[in-house]
Amino acid sequence: MTDTAWIDAALTSARPQAVGALLRYFRNLDTAEEAFQNACLRALKSWPQNGPPRDAAAWLIMVGRNAAIDEVRRTSKQQALPEDEAISDLDDAEDALAERLDGSHYRDDILRLLFICCHPDLPATQQIALALRIVSGLTVKQIARAFLVSEAAMEQRITRAKARVADAGVPFETPGAVERSERLSAVAAMIYLIFNEGYSASGDTSEIRKPLCEEAIRLARLLLRLFQSEPEIMGLTALLLLQHARAAARFDASGELVLLDDQDRRLWNEKMIAEGLALIDKAMRHRRSGPYQLQAAIAALHARAARPVDTDWAQIDLLYGTLEIMQPSPVVTLNRAVAVSKVRGAEAALEMIEPLGERLSNYFHFFGVRGAFLMQLGRNEEARVAFDRAIALANTSAEAAHIRMHLDRLIRDNELRNAKTGKGK
Amino acid sequence: MLYAILCYHDEDFVGSWTREQDAAVMTKLAVVQDKLKKQGRLGPVARLLPTTAATTLRKDDPPVVLDGPYAETKEQLLGFYVVDCESLDQAIEVARDLGAANPGGAYEIRPVGLFNPGSVRT
Repeated sequence: MTDTAWIDAALTSARPQAVGALLRYFRNLDTAEEAFQNACLRALKSWPQNGPPRDAAAWLIMVGRNAAIDEVRRTSKQQALPEDEAISDLDDAEDALAERLDGSHYRDDILRLLFICCHPDLPATQQIALALRIVSGLTVKQIARAFLVSEAAMEQRITRAKARVADAGVPFETPGAVERSERLSAVAAMIYLIFNEGYSASGDTSEIRKPLCEEAIRLARLLLRLFQSEPEIMGLTALLLLQHARAAARFDASGELVLLDDQDRRLWNEKMIAEGLALIDKAMRHRRSGPYQLQAAIAALHARAARPVDTDWAQIDLLYGTLEIMQPSPVVTLNRAVAVSKVRGAEAALEMIEPLGERLSNYFHFFGVRGAFLMQLGRNEEARVAFDRAIALANTSAEAAHIRMHLDRLIRDNELRNAKTGKGK
Repeated sequence: MLYAILCYHDEDFVGSWTREQDAAVMTKLAVVQDKLKKQGRLGPVARLLPTTAATTLRKDDPPVVLDGPYAETKEQLLGFYVVDCESLDQAIEVARDLGAANPGGAYEIRPVGLFNPGSVRT
């Protein structure tokens, strides 16, 4: 590894811990970020000459803190002295700093840093952008690219989000057990959002948006290292790994979506699957099930099947059944119906989704799935109507193209049948 | 004399390799391994899954199972086993049996991602 590549990697991996600790000192996001930037500049000068420090994060925190204090002292000659609260913990002995870094202190620092990005006033897209900027340290340009918006628009979005977070007041007190667990689930949900932002991309943009999936996995692993005994965090990490493992097989050469049954399973990433399976195995031992674990367990059953016919649909049906109880949602029922169609046939599956029609009347997948069930039952005319509706509701061209493929198949089957019956007469 | 060579690196860094980068490294390593294997000098080689997949059995009385890797620094690595198990639960059972035979210290249980049994003759 070259010097710069090593330093880049070290700065990126130390970032959440360093910015989190600096935020605790300065209680201001901009000051903390600035202090970290200064520390990084000094690292780029110092590390190639003096070699890497033993603990990169501790080095960056120390240097960043001192640089920011110098800055405050320098400007204070012209301005009034800052209030004491603006620079907290300044009296801490430097020895104590390294010691505290080894303790559990930084765990709450990183959680806080992630948590302030999940502020309920912020719309999901702003939460994600803020987390990618502050916690992951992606540049505005990189984030803008992943979101397919202009750099200026993204800059504005992040500035707004920061202002909102600053106004809302950052929770600095060490959280209690209940609060910590609430923060943890908010942060887990945000990480899942980041992943989905990348995962739901269509074929032509999936490559550009892939860094979102990778970053979500990195953050999930970070969270898991901080909270090693949380089965839902194991489940979340496993879920992201198992889904991302299929990335290379999800789109064909022309960018069309390839369904699970039709994917070339040799393209699945075995390493990610192995890690995901190990994590779900580990989570299950706790016997404290949760939505991420259940979804990961479902993804694991798909990953374990060498061929589509080997899939344990009965078990998937059971898992979705549990998920339905834990997190009732028409989308979960819709997914369950797919498993039911494999176990008990399309008739039973169709019956299961009929009550969902009203709530999912604008949901692309509902009509896609309904159309597929009707087609299996030979109710082609009704299937065609459902597919037409699905195309009208498609969010991406890949989705529409996929349904069109079903429609083409219907038409072909019809022609074939007509030809056959024609012969029989 | 048999020597164990233990591999240390930043798992975030190695974990961020693309499939192609990873494969390129593994291909280069395979050249070195194959040479040793032909000479009958290569013992088992294992690539472990990340520490997030680790579980630790503290061999206290009674033994305690903890999530995560073995994090203490006051003990030293003295040896390792490779066992074939159906599940993590089974692996923990094996570790418990070993621990009952030799209490004190800890076992870190890590799933093996890649395994090459080697060819060593002793």
